[in-house]
Amino acid sequence: MVDLGELIERAEQAVAASNDLGTLDGVRVAFLGKKGELTAQLKQLGALPADERREAGAAINTAKQTVQEAIALRRSALEEVALQEQLKADAVDLSLAGRGHTPGNLHPVTRTRQRIEEIFRGAGFSVFEGPQIEDDFHNFTALNIPENHPARAMHDTFYFPDGKVLRTHTSPVQIRTMLEQGAPIRMIAPGRVYRCDSDMTHTPMFHQVEGLVIDKGVSFANLKAVLNQFVEAFFEAPTQLRFRPSYFPFTEPSAEADVLLENGKWLEILGCGMVHPNVLRNVGIDPDVYQGYAFGMGIERLAMFRYGVDDLRLFFDNDLQFLRQFK
Amino acid sequence: MKISEQWLREWVNPDLSSEALGHQLTMAGLEVDAIDAIPPAPEKVVVGKVLELNPHPNADKLRICSVDIGSDEPISIVCGASNVVVGGLYPVATIGAVLPGNFKIKQSKLRGEPSFGMLCSASELGLETQSEGLYPLDDNAQPGTPIADIICFTDHVIDVDLTPNRADCFSIRGVAREVAAANSLEFNAPVIAAVAADSNAAVNVSLQAAGAAPLFAARVVKGINSSARTPVWLRERLRRAGMRPVHPVVDVTNYVMLELGQPMHGYDLNKLQGDLSVRFATAGEKLQVLGGDELTLTDTDLVISDAAGAVALAGVIGGERTSVNSSTVDVLFEAAFFAPDALAGKARSYGLHTDSSLRFERGVDFSNTEAALERATALLVDIAGGTPGPVVLECLEAELPKRPAVLLRRAKLDSLLGISVPDADVLRMFAALGMQIEAINDGWQITPPGARFDIGIEEDLIEEVVRLYGYDQIPDIAGSMPLQLATSTETRVSVDRLRAGLVDQGYQEAITYSFIDPEMDALFAGDDKHIELQNPISSNQSVMRRSLWPGLIQALKLNLNRQENRVRLFEHGVKFSGQGDALQEQDVFAGVVSGTYMQEHWEGNSAGLDIFDIKSDVYSLMMLTGKGHEFHFVAAQSPILRPGRSGRIERNGVPIGWIGELHPRMVAELDLDSAPLLFEFLVEPAIARVPASFEPISKFPRVRRDIAVLVDRELPVQDILAEVVQAAGALLREVVVFDIYVGESVDSSLKSVALGLILQDKSRTLTDNEVEASVSAVTTALTGKFNAKIRE
Repeated sequence: MVDLGELIERAEQAVAASNDLGTLDGVRVAFLGKKGELTAQLKQLGALPADERREAGAAINTAKQTVQEAIALRRSALEEVALQEQLKADAVDLSLAGRGHTPGNLHPVTRTRQRIEEIFRGAGFSVFEGPQIEDDFHNFTALNIPENHPARAMHDTFYFPDGKVLRTHTSPVQIRTMLEQGAPIRMIAPGRVYRCDSDMTHTPMFHQVEGLVIDKGVSFANLKAVLNQFVEAFFEAPTQLRFRPSYFPFTEPSAEADVLLENGKWLEILGCGMVHPNVLRNVGIDPDVYQGYAFGMGIERLAMFRYGVDDLRLFFDNDLQFLRQFK
Repeated sequence: MKISEQWLREWVNPDLSSEALGHQLTMAGLEVDAIDAIPPAPEKVVVGKVLELNPHPNADKLRICSVDIGSDEPISIVCGASNVVVGGLYPVATIGAVLPGNFKIKQSKLRGEPSFGMLCSASELGLETQSEGLYPLDDNAQPGTPIADIICFTDHVIDVDLTPNRADCFSIRGVAREVAAANSLEFNAPVIAAVAADSNAAVNVSLQAAGAAPLFAARVVKGINSSARTPVWLRERLRRAGMRPVHPVVDVTNYVMLELGQPMHGYDLNKLQGDLSVRFATAGEKLQVLGGDELTLTDTDLVISDAAGAVALAGVIGGERTSVNSSTVDVLFEAAFFAPDALAGKARSYGLHTDSSLRFERGVDFSNTEAALERATALLVDIAGGTPGPVVLECLEAELPKRPAVLLRRAKLDSLLGISVPDADVLRMFAALGMQIEAINDGWQITPPGARFDIGIEEDLIEEVVRLYGYDQIPDIAGSMPLQLATSTETRVSVDRLRAGLVDQGYQEAITYSFIDPEMDALFAGDDKHIELQNPISSNQSVMRRSLWPGLIQALKLNLNRQENRVRLFEHGVKFSGQGDALQEQDVFAGVVSGTYMQEHWEGNSAGLDIFDIKSDVYSLMMLTGKGHEFHFVAAQSPILRPGRSGRIERNGVPIGWIGELHPRMVAELDLDSAPLLFEFLVEPAIARVPASFEPISKFPRVRRDIAVLVDRELPVQDILAEVVQAAGALLREVVVFDIYVGESVDSSLKSVALGLILQDKSRTLTDNEVEASVSAVTTALTGKFNAKIRE
């Protein structure tokens, strides 16, 4: 019978000296394998006298357990080291870009239109669209702008040879909607419009949103409330709006509204007024029963003010350096 | 319209600063665009009288003037102005004066001759930007008088942007009435006394276009001095209105127009032949107008005519033949009323916007005509002498505009404004605006004055009330309206959702012009049947686009020129087709892609771009309908796209758009370095969808069987898939294409298509026999239909 204490000590030394799982497994085989030292000890038990066998067996098993535990402990430590090494080897630079497309952006005009629509939809306004090539009736006559009316000079109109026009505002959409649906009505009409004019502050094509509310007893005070709420919602800040008298053939009374800029100047951002009774008559609505208000604003103008764009023409150059800014 | 503030304040003088006055006008509806101060009178500038003029020994264009400036001795000034004359009076900037622009006057030598000051022009005094010659002062000015005592410098020019309805404010008189009303001041128009006739000289006038010209007043003034100079005060008022002094007669008519709003005209009496008439022109009649252009008139043009033909385009401009000039001795003044309807659009049709036409088109006060004539006569006689004849006044009362009373109901006033303006305020405002008021049971009957062409209905009166009451006095009152819920549909994909889809795939949204260059239009629409604008803003924006591609290609080129090598743009908008009554607008989505499919990446796999990249972009939008299988991409020929790498987009067999690579010919034509990929599809047919409909989920396993078939190389895989779906029967859940092979081991006319069939039953686990039966049905069908060979 060997000295088990010495055997355990040797085994423990061998375990401690194993720096990888393979060596450790060799140690396991050397001591605990079929031909291992401790296994050999067990095999020799039969040769012992019966009264010693029991005690010696218990001692060998204790030694075996001790060695097994030492190996398991060492294995788990070595596995941990191996895992750590693997993890380190597999590490990536998370600061590098991922795969897939970087999203683009909506055009600032679209963004602005969507916000305007959202604000008015929330108050129960419906959104309507209509044709861009219009006839004289819908673009002018129905809106109380008869032929040769001086107000037509205000609209530098693009004409087609057959007398049709590129709509100068989205008001014809209101005419169409009123003709189809009658009163009451609560709507906005966004869209492209055209005027024969081009400079720093004018492009021959731009976008408008016009609004219309027709019902019994709708008042100028209601109009002011809606527009004041609108500018607060749009600019997400208290915004002072100044109404002053103006003239449009399709509203009476008419107003233009200005917002106060940081430099103390007023910037005109919209026109509005109470719908002219002739307009109501032209679409078959009785002005003695119904009345209402209308307003119109340029989307680019609102976008310019909102985002600080200083040149209207940039909106239609489609320079990526411009478009990418509207995230 | 520009007016002198100082002139306005002679009519009505509220206790307000210039700024506050401007603000008040704006808030009353007369929008003030600008208030420009006249620069202060420069010190040490005095009246000087030229006593002698001597040639400069060293310079032909300079002269040496001996000038009396009120001091003991005349001073010597070297002057280069051509209009300097002996005896003339001019502003003299004496030594030490500082003129606008910090121009300091010092004693100097000009070409060797000493000069002790400077004779000044109006621009040198800061009164205008550019002058021709010296500023000649009135003959009665005393040498040595400070210039501030002669010319009014303490003034502002108020620039009012009048809306077309406010014809009545096109004058000092009109604006003054507004200011008086806004400040509750008395409106005291100066009394215009009649000038007695000192002769019988007169011209007969006949009104032959009664409705268009119902009122015509004329007056002869004989024996005027055409070389008389319009006085400084009057010249300055004209200048501040943006007019140049021309001739006493012209200056006077301009002055009266600015003051009273009545456009006038002065004819050289001795160039008129016979009686005058107001009539419509005969078609083709010629009229050479002031300034030289010869007009060919139409029979809707209103003219003033003498025995020899038209002498003026009524209310617009006078004729050259009868114009006044420096030798005019006898004058005929005209002050008339022409109906706005008759003049509307006339000036514009000849490109002749005049101060006169502007006023007549909007409406001139017909109750003021004779007063204007008297005012002009008095001014002219004062300036240039002459003997006035009697006023000749032809008037067809019945044809003058009517001013019927307009009913204003208290209830309507309150209801339209949302508040109740007190009676006293209402009455005060209408009175201040010169309206006659009759109180009735539930409101008022209001009669507007002749100057007001914009008061015809109740709402017009309400505007007057709220305008003067103040828009800012109307409170915000949120309206109450019947509750109405918004709609939300699942039967259409929203356009904004499609936008979002493309944005998420790296596209930037573009907005391009709806009108484009005709050459680009023809290139992309395949012919030159342009949809032309009659009055385009420029020749390269003269036709309506028949495709969105030209605009997108232009945007692509702009960005390529700015070193953007990867461009992904889309646009949603309308394209146009057809002509005249058949003209159509179609809502489309279109895109252009150039450069690599993915942005440059550190893995280096960013290269390449082909039609499958954008097909997936577009198809992902189609998938939003939940009906992706209804959309097919079908090879088709287009002159714009590259054959073999392009085709139609169809939904259920109906064409809805195109996709593909730009044709090499177009790439060359458009001067591009590489072929971009393009797509365009109609919105309407691409967005219809149906809400999802739930099917029970199968708990039983799926089985996959892979097969590979050899088929004709040209055969679209789509056709194979359709056949598989049909042949496999109800068990087929899905079929995927996992490989396409052409190459060495396959005949060059064939390709190998590898398919994965995924089978599943809803109610039980499939047996091998069932799976084999399904696969075998597929292989049999493919063999039969496409002569396919099954690869082992």
